[in-house]
Amino acid sequence: MGHFEKKSAKTSQDVPTSAMPDVVFMLLIFFMVTTVLREVTLQVKVNFTEAENIEKIEQKRLVSYIYVGPKKLSGNRLGETEIQIDDALVDVGAIRKLMYDKLKEEPRLIVSLRVDDDTEFGIVTDIQQELREAGTLRINYSTKQEVSGGS
Amino acid sequence: MFGRDREREDPEVGGAGMADIAFLLLIFFLLVTTIDVDTGIGLQLPPAPEENQQPPPIKTRNMMKILVNQQGMVLMGTGEPEPTPVPQVKQRIKDFVTNRGKDPNLSDSPDKAIVSIKTQRAAPYKVYINMLDEVMGAYADLRNQAAQAQFGKSYEQLKDESEEKATIKDMFPKKISIAEPNQ
Repeated sequence: MGHFEKKSAKTSQDVPTSAMPDVVFMLLIFFMVTTVLREVTLQVKVNFTEAENIEKIEQKRLVSYIYVGPKKLSGNRLGETEIQIDDALVDVGAIRKLMYDKLKEEPRLIVSLRVDDDTEFGIVTDIQQELREAGTLRINYSTKQEVSGGS
Repeated sequence: MFGRDREREDPEVGGAGMADIAFLLLIFFLLVTTIDVDTGIGLQLPPAPEENQQPPPIKTRNMMKILVNQQGMVLMGTGEPEPTPVPQVKQRIKDFVTNRGKDPNLSDSPDKAIVSIKTQRAAPYKVYINMLDEVMGAYADLRNQAAQAQFGKSYEQLKDESEEKATIKDMFPKKISIAEPNQ
């Protein structure tokens, strides 16, 4: 009987952990690559509209956002409709140059318009005209998925 | 002296701590990652107009004009636009695209059909999106029907950049134009 005991005692009972850092690093690298760290702080209120026939944009890195909506003021009040790109409120006239510069960096740029649903369309028309001048022709109106049933 | 040197431990870097550091970083990136996909209605804008350029002539029957006015009403038609409730836009676009020359007021063929969208400045954005949604829905339905009839699959099930998908896409090209605002 002691014969058997001796045999099992020789083998190591530890799970080899030397490969664990490699596995963890692999996961780490995956998440580092997929993370988009920069999140903008919204200075305008954007309440998305809903639509049924929507597409997904998977390449988040190609997307540049333009936020349009009433400006958030202190104490939950809302001001005039403003345009926000990245972290700043901009004039309509400034969009052309901003977007042209972005297009030079990324030729496959998609401009995503995140417009509040109570906005009048005139300002969107102005933005679209500026985008056409800048040459950024692929646009996307950000919407939420409408819950099917009501249309 | 030499004997004491030999008694020293192996000069190895401890590898166990590395996993902890990696885990810490991993958890940080896990928390900050947002895997939400942006959804929306994609559209291709027309290029900026060159000066003194005349728009190409298009037969009135091939151009479905849609106007969203400041009261939030949708007016559409190839000739004189008439008010249309938003839920009916889809059906009217379908009729218009698949007319194939039957009705003299609607399009010659699906590849000639153009949807031209115009909005007044004070038009509500919500109505515009709902209208655009209906137009997109009409094309999605038509493509789905064609894909089912030809390949027995829905349009979404066809592989991206496959020949089948291109065939269906060519059958019903999405020609949506944004009218010049000052016209």
